[in-house]
Amino acid sequence: MDPECSQLLPALCSVLADPRQPVADDTCLEKLLDWFKTITEAGSSLLLLQENPCLLGLLCHVLKPQDLSPRVLSFSLRLAGMLAAQEDCFQYLQQGELLPRLFGEAGPLGGAAWTAPSVRSGWIQGLRSLARHPSALCFLADCGAVDTIFSLQGDSSLFVASAAGQLLVHILGLSLQGPAEGHPGLQTGDWPVCAQKIVSHIEESLRSAATPQITQALNVLTTTFGHCHDPWTQVLWGRLSPLVACLLEKDPVPAAHSLVDLLLSVARSPVLSSSSSGLWETLAQTLSHLSPTQAGPLALGILKLQECPQVLRAQAFAVLLQPLTCVLEATAQAPGLLDSLDGTGGASVTVDTLLPSKAACVGLLCRTLAHLELLQPLPQRPSPWPQAPLLGATVTILRLCSGSATPTSDAGGHLCAFLVGCVRVQRAALDFLGTLSQGTGPRELVTQVFAVLLEYLTSPDSSPTVLKKAFQATFRWLQSSPETPGCSDLDPHAHLFLRELLPVLPKRLCSPCWEVRDSGLEFLTQMIGRWGGQAGFRRALLASEVPELTEQLLRDPESYVRASAVAAMGQLSSQGLRVTPASPEHPGGQQKSLLAELLHILSTDSEGFPRRAVMHVFTQWLRDGHADVAGDTERFVARVLQVASQDLDWEVRAQGLELALVFLEQTLGRPSSHCPYAVTPPVAAPPSSLAQALRPLCRVQLFEFAFRALFDCDRPVAQKSCDLLLFLRAQTASYGGPQGSGSVPEVASVEAALQRWQAGDQGQPLGYLEPEVVVAVLRSMDLEGLRGALAESSDRVEKSPQSLLQDVLATVGALGEDEADCY
Amino acid sequence: MPYPFGLRRFHFGKGSRQWGGPRKTAVLRRFESYSLHSSPPATRRSYPSIGGSLWLKTFTLSHFFYKLKLGFTSQGGFVSQLPLLPVRAPNLTMQCAQIQINYYYVGLWTGHDFHSQFPSFATCSKELKECSGHVFVDSVPEFCLPETELIDLSTVDVILISNYHCMMALPYITEHTGFTGTVYATEPTVQIGRLLMEELVNFIERVPKAQSASLWKNKDIQRLLPSPLKDAVEVSTWRRCYTMQEVNSALSKIQLVGYSQKIELFGAVQVTPLSSGYALGSSNWIIQSHYEKVSYVSGSSLLTTHPQPMDQASLKNSDVLVLTGLTQIPTANPDGMVGEFCSNLALTVRNGGNVLVPCYPSGVIYDLLECLYQYIDSAGLSNIPFYFISPVANSSLEFSQIFAEWLCHNKQTKVYLPEPPFPHAELIQTNKLKHYPSLHGDFSSDFRQPCVVFTGHPSLRFGDVVHFMELWGKSSLNTVIFTEPDFSYLEALAPYQPLAMKCIYCPIDTRLNFIQVSKLLKEVQPLHVVCPEQYTQPPPAQSHRMDLMIDCQPPAMSYRRAEVLALPFKRRYEKIEIMPELADSLVPMEIKPGISLATVSAVLHTKDNKHVLQPPPRPTQPTGGKKRKRASDDIPDCKVLKPLLSGSIPVEQFVQALEKHGFSDIKVEDTAKGHIVLLQEAETLIQIEEDSTHIICDNDEMLRVRLRDLVLKFLQKF
Repeated sequence: MDPECSQLLPALCSVLADPRQPVADDTCLEKLLDWFKTITEAGSSLLLLQENPCLLGLLCHVLKPQDLSPRVLSFSLRLAGMLAAQEDCFQYLQQGELLPRLFGEAGPLGGAAWTAPSVRSGWIQGLRSLARHPSALCFLADCGAVDTIFSLQGDSSLFVASAAGQLLVHILGLSLQGPAEGHPGLQTGDWPVCAQKIVSHIEESLRSAATPQITQALNVLTTTFGHCHDPWTQVLWGRLSPLVACLLEKDPVPAAHSLVDLLLSVARSPVLSSSSSGLWETLAQTLSHLSPTQAGPLALGILKLQECPQVLRAQAFAVLLQPLTCVLEATAQAPGLLDSLDGTGGASVTVDTLLPSKAACVGLLCRTLAHLELLQPLPQRPSPWPQAPLLGATVTILRLCSGSATPTSDAGGHLCAFLVGCVRVQRAALDFLGTLSQGTGPRELVTQVFAVLLEYLTSPDSSPTVLKKAFQATFRWLQSSPETPGCSDLDPHAHLFLRELLPVLPKRLCSPCWEVRDSGLEFLTQMIGRWGGQAGFRRALLASEVPELTEQLLRDPESYVRASAVAAMGQLSSQGLRVTPASPEHPGGQQKSLLAELLHILSTDSEGFPRRAVMHVFTQWLRDGHADVAGDTERFVARVLQVASQDLDWEVRAQGLELALVFLEQTLGRPSSHCPYAVTPPVAAPPSSLAQALRPLCRVQLFEFAFRALFDCDRPVAQKSCDLLLFLRAQTASYGGPQGSGSVPEVASVEAALQRWQAGDQGQPLGYLEPEVVVAVLRSMDLEGLRGALAESSDRVEKSPQSLLQDVLATVGALGEDEADCY
Repeated sequence: MPYPFGLRRFHFGKGSRQWGGPRKTAVLRRFESYSLHSSPPATRRSYPSIGGSLWLKTFTLSHFFYKLKLGFTSQGGFVSQLPLLPVRAPNLTMQCAQIQINYYYVGLWTGHDFHSQFPSFATCSKELKECSGHVFVDSVPEFCLPETELIDLSTVDVILISNYHCMMALPYITEHTGFTGTVYATEPTVQIGRLLMEELVNFIERVPKAQSASLWKNKDIQRLLPSPLKDAVEVSTWRRCYTMQEVNSALSKIQLVGYSQKIELFGAVQVTPLSSGYALGSSNWIIQSHYEKVSYVSGSSLLTTHPQPMDQASLKNSDVLVLTGLTQIPTANPDGMVGEFCSNLALTVRNGGNVLVPCYPSGVIYDLLECLYQYIDSAGLSNIPFYFISPVANSSLEFSQIFAEWLCHNKQTKVYLPEPPFPHAELIQTNKLKHYPSLHGDFSSDFRQPCVVFTGHPSLRFGDVVHFMELWGKSSLNTVIFTEPDFSYLEALAPYQPLAMKCIYCPIDTRLNFIQVSKLLKEVQPLHVVCPEQYTQPPPAQSHRMDLMIDCQPPAMSYRRAEVLALPFKRRYEKIEIMPELADSLVPMEIKPGISLATVSAVLHTKDNKHVLQPPPRPTQPTGGKKRKRASDDIPDCKVLKPLLSGSIPVEQFVQALEKHGFSDIKVEDTAKGHIVLLQEAETLIQIEEDSTHIICDNDEMLRVRLRDLVLKFLQKF
């Protein structure tokens, strides 16, 4: 501990011990504990105590009967535990009988302060820190802490209850570290008393008729097996697994969620899953006993396991598929689909779960779809993957939701009534449908997929979130549709769909709901990015009203929509899809160029999103050599940098640096892409001299922009600028030779101006800089040092322990002054 | 002594009565039956719109009692006329159902439909015109009147009107049926109803047509015509439109009422209008006596639009809830439709086209204008003019702003800012919305395109809309957007075919859908729900849509046309008042904690369905003469009444008592209803049941009296 802190510590301890000076902010207590933790981890706790007797004084003081705040008491308990984690310090504290007084019956445990959850929590966390060595185990046994922990498992505060469970796991692990570690054959009867006590308690809880107790026991076991893979866990599971299996015989199965967690934790444990003979049978039994809602997570967990018997996997997959099987049955789909979606045995149970209430039905379907969505991309997913039936079921669910499915049975009718208009299920099904685009399906099913997507995209009743999902799924399906051999165009099927979709899109772009306009534009941008170069798509798009409408949305009142419209227009223009017909109202009228329009947005839009979008578009245009830019690149870059440097949004300025970097790379003749196979736009031949190379950069005033950014008040901008200048300096070095021989007075004046900028006075511009001056300034600057300073977090000064201690004292001091004012 | 917290106590002791004092009430049991009739609808619709006016009939049964008839009228339907191609007959709707509550009759009318198409027929070829393969009647528009098979309107005393859409047939009833009663409605209902009728009369009178088609109505001819014309019912009863004079006369019979106002009807029932949330001034009705409550829910909405929200709380504790007037388009969500409306409107005008919205001059148009107010700037349509053309456009826009107390909370608060409740005022101020009484005059000089025009009539058979259909129908740039749910847009467009302009169907019906009905019924929890049969099953075209039907517990009772339905409750109690002086004389005796009884001798006086117990007249003293009293002068004999008994007989103790009194050989048998005590020696049987005790002995009166006295010892007397 540094001397400054040591000096402040006594004052802090006395403040904490004084009930009249409450610490207003308990986050500073947490910070203090963090600080003590780093100190005790780095050095000796005993030494710390000896050097700072005020700490011991504080610990003793809190034991006196007084009106101390629960948070200070809790703090002291945790601090004591932290200090006692080292055995020598533990012994030292034991000498003064301090620990039994803090953690035993005589301490807060028996007092009124115990009613505060923070004190109970502090007590548990203190013990958790303390329990690190064998002496601590004896202490726990002596002071009867384990029984208290048992009772705290059912505490009214969930934090306390959960911490109590974890402490039990910790104690169990600690007590078994020595004796049972190397002896897997050791029976529980030979285990230390403390461990035996805990195991008996767990057994008792598992036999209990009360679900909360069973849940507590299962949670303790789940944590144990999840964190510890020592051989003794095998012995423990061997002893307790019959009791766990007994739970399955009860109807309904108690604490099913926790039971599933436990079984999955056991199955994932390398020690247990490899040796326990009965584990897979128990899992199979559990799958068949639990209700479909409860069994879903277990089935998913089983299917995610790396190694697992094939039969069990098949059973788990069947459980997962049951709800979808029911859906298919209810709507009397072709029997072929039913064969592959095997709903053996459990189907009727699932129907019972699906149909009693809307909430149950919706919940089960959403969970099932989410589970399958998680499973689909995994390498260990079941094989063969029933792509076609899954597609069929998902399409059917979507149709049930839109009311267009025709169920033939009563169950189907009920299902329809539950699902019609249900946004949750629609979203889950569309997500899953999008995921299914990764696989292939029979042609007629793909037709159905596109039909149902079109239905959703067309329907006036689709909610904005559903519509967004429908757009996303549509893009994924279009992306996955096979390309026509020979020409890289959309396949005829997708083309047909597109022809129906494009008339819908304008309506969506005119929607009164901005979310809809926004997702429509996002979809459009993706589409152009993917198929903008393909003749069929281009024809269809140009024949529609979409490009015109998109341009009109540049003036949308909603900033998100304007930003999306900017992105879409950037794409349209890049692909040469921007229509510029003379409008009927203004025959022969010259349409404003898009570049001018985007520059106008960049300089005048009141919101940040559209301006950021414009910068992205400009950067992309520069990178791609867009026609509007290529004509006079320098003028373009100069104007953009000028506007961007004035922007109040740091992201715009940062994006300006990105654009500057692209220009710099193009000017200096370095390919901008790191990919060796990337096609780069044609660049001018590398300039022969450095001065010649830097002159364009000087003309666009890139350096003024970069230097300003270097002293930007927003750190990311400064960092980016620093990187850019470092890159530039490296580049200039590659030209070699004695460059940078700018006249000294000029360099000096630039440096002086930069110093003023650094000090915050950025009023005076640098003006045109000669390349030689730039090189000289770059070489004279300590850019590496600046980068190091910027890399440090901005709160490095305020985060010091000293400032923390000062903060605490200042807060209390301020309170004291108030008191003085009052009297 | 004053009671804190507003607690009041009644004193039954002497001296507590001042100024008449509080009255005690007594309860009489009555056994009466309720039933519901329905009369045949003129046409079938997949979704009946049972609108809501109510009429009430009284006729004297005795000088004490009135019998009432309550009836609900419903929406008026129309039909139309094109400038050159006048068309089908209008029908003013019909489907009638009545609830009879012994003395009460509640009738429900609904529906209207259009028919078109029929082939040319030699005898009436002048009346028939063909257009794109369909045949239409060339005639002055005619309207089909409410069915009257089950009710004689001249005997109806009161009509209750639920909203302005369902009062369109009122002049036919008040002016031509001998109706002499009163009509109750809220002020906005009357004012806007007047506007709708005025517009209708104006549209029709503006283009007079001398002759009406009647030959085709000949049954022999009609049955040969193609469907649906041959299926049109009661064509002979169809009538020409009423005149403004008749409208004024009809409206003069209306008595204005406010929400929650209790209207006493002849002492028999009380009716109360409640806000139904559907339109300005729209009402649901509660019809209640002291012990029964019937709610009539019609044309209601739970959506947040401009009217005051629906009053659900007052519908609670109903014995029967009659549910009608649900949405015509249960699958169309109004929000989605408004979005669709705005999108299509924007697309059309952006492409340089015009938008025509055939609509009524009040109602949904206010909400549409409000949506457009928020939307036009965002869609870049600020320069596009909106025209509202109706003979009553100005009045409608202004009326809506002055009915503050009938508006939703948001709009009400604006009045105090002060701001006009509806934003269309601002649209008018900024010249974005302009309104005109007709096409002629100022409009023709102001008119510029592209534009959006709101005008009537939504049937496309008459009104200014006809001209715009002619004007814009040939260009595919233009769009007609149908928003009124009451008309089939395909039928409305039939005489204009072939048509190049785009047609969009965005029916906006804010009335309750089935999901909302379920929520409403869960909230209100009536004992029984009564509704048309169509609501209890999915629509025929979508038989799988189990969500498109009423699902409630117990299942709704449905009625079909011309059906008489017995409602599942009986009138059991009637409230009777006790005069204070009589109440003073009562001496209640507490027989159980909280329950006191007293015997009363009084005269029951019944008048105007009110029952009052009055003290019996004092016996007049004989005037001294030796005149013999005539039997008819006799005051009812006030014989000494036997005391009333209460309590139960504990059998074991009773047997012990019998033994104590010297009876032996006692045998007790349990029976289903109680016990039988057998005194074998005395050959006597005492049958003890819950509410009676019989002593059966063989002509031994002494023994019977002894036993009776023994029994009485166990009972309380008062």
